[in-house]
Amino acid sequence: MRKPFDIKRYPGFFPITCLCLFLLYTPLIVVMVYSFNDSNSITNWGGMSLRWYEEVFYGVESQKFKKAAFNSLSIAICAAITATTLAVCAAMAMLRTGVFRGQTLSFALINLPLMVPEIVTAVATLVFFSAIGFKTGYASILIAHIVFCIPFAYLPIAARMQSVDATYEQAAQDLYATRFEAFRLVLLPLILPGVISGFLLAFIISLDDFIITNFVKGAGIETLPTAIFGSVKQGIKPSIMAISTLLLLLSVVFVTLSYFVGRKGQQTP
Amino acid sequence: MAQIGSSARSSVKGGTFAGLGPLLMLPSWVVIGFFLVLPVILMLVYSFLTKEFRGGVIWEFSVNAYDQFFFNRGLFGDEAPTIEWTYINIFWRSIWQAGLATVLCLFIGFPTAWFIATRSGHSKSMWLFLITIPYWVNLLIRTISLKFLIRDTGPMNTWLMSWGIIDQPIHIINSNLAVQLGLFYSYLPFMVLPIYASVERYDFSLSEAAADLYSTRMETLRQIIIPVVKPGIIAGCILVFVPSLGAFLAPDLLGGSKTFMIGSLIEEQFKGNAGNWPFGAAVSMILLSLVLIALMFYARSQSSARKATRAAD
Repeated sequence: MRKPFDIKRYPGFFPITCLCLFLLYTPLIVVMVYSFNDSNSITNWGGMSLRWYEEVFYGVESQKFKKAAFNSLSIAICAAITATTLAVCAAMAMLRTGVFRGQTLSFALINLPLMVPEIVTAVATLVFFSAIGFKTGYASILIAHIVFCIPFAYLPIAARMQSVDATYEQAAQDLYATRFEAFRLVLLPLILPGVISGFLLAFIISLDDFIITNFVKGAGIETLPTAIFGSVKQGIKPSIMAISTLLLLLSVVFVTLSYFVGRKGQQTP
Repeated sequence: MAQIGSSARSSVKGGTFAGLGPLLMLPSWVVIGFFLVLPVILMLVYSFLTKEFRGGVIWEFSVNAYDQFFFNRGLFGDEAPTIEWTYINIFWRSIWQAGLATVLCLFIGFPTAWFIATRSGHSKSMWLFLITIPYWVNLLIRTISLKFLIRDTGPMNTWLMSWGIIDQPIHIINSNLAVQLGLFYSYLPFMVLPIYASVERYDFSLSEAAADLYSTRMETLRQIIIPVVKPGIIAGCILVFVPSLGAFLAPDLLGGSKTFMIGSLIEEQFKGNAGNWPFGAAVSMILLSLVLIALMFYARSQSSARKATRAAD
């Protein structure tokens, strides 16, 4: 049935939506396509080739990028695991322990990393590390990453925990489960989709970060974004486009994974 | 976000893990408190200290950093103070750039959010997913991609010229426009998502009632829809404006040296030997207070919106 006057429809909104997606995707697709360009100049198209990918893995700078990739991935995994653990505890404190003093403040604290501008966090952390004499390097990057990953891990976990009724754990406790058993055998499996998507988001956020890492990393250690930034300062090279494409695909895979895990969780409450 | 903390308290008295609250909260308190709250407080302290040449501070109270920001006392500091415009102009330019990017995001973001929210079931989540993907792609890579695309000799200009639409490359890179475009491109998904969430909850019978009373589409949009979804619009604007204000990558990679913004000003004070830590700390504190004002404005608008809906019920 077609209504004479569809109140939900606004002419022009559909083209704008298409324009929005066009603007968001064009630069990414262009870089992906040009990373397969078989020409030394980044401007002219010289046919398809995988030579820049070969350069990334076996070229002159491959050692540097491999090291940076290792740092990035290991920091992202450690930061995401720690942040997710902290976020699960924090979500339980906010949602499953009744009211305690400082709860509102705690909520603000968890979200604080989202509110302070990144550049301020970056310089503040740098200044703080230098004031307490903490040597900048791998550990300082890891700590800074854990801090800003917490809210990203917290949000999906808390959202999930909120949708799970507390009566499940209470039933477990009525049947003589200890609190820890009620958590491990009942609550944790129920909130697992939220935990997984929280972990994946924290992982991507850590992998993506440039500004904070750039400040707290100190000399002699690079992560992928800082290494890429360093190279780009001398001009965009085709091999950078190849690395960007790889990193881009990694992000897309992780987000897609997180999306489907989250959706699956919604279907089976 | 605020609802996540509060509404669950009512669900079960005490909760399953009653009494463990502070203990479970402790790790997050320690990590964020020690590595974020303390550093920010330290910055506040540093902004009131004396600078040491080659970076660092001397522990001596001084308001020089703020004085340098607002006043010009001549080369030797002995002239009558006049207002120093250099830094105020940088702030003003940043606010202007971030504001324009926000408006641009709103004009594209609102129709997109509306369109997505009025889709049904499966296609709705598909559209939403398409909008979110670019947000999760590395910001550095997105900025580089944009730079690559819009360079004078980049694909955009090459195509436009080969299609005969233009005969000279459009010069965008290293201009204010490039920075606005970069900010717009970086934070567009932030605008769409909160507006989408608001439109989702919008009661379409309001539009029907308006249509029954001979209101045109545009009148309905202006007088009913926009006031109702306003909290979402404000949330979106804040989410775009705040990170744009302190942005570093877009001005640095797309703007070149002419488009100095707050982020670059702060960065300059802490990198290399020319740095002035107390001044950098003072600039950071001024930026932080601007952001907090924006967030307070946001919180107030959200709570008044909540009151309004409660009154309507």
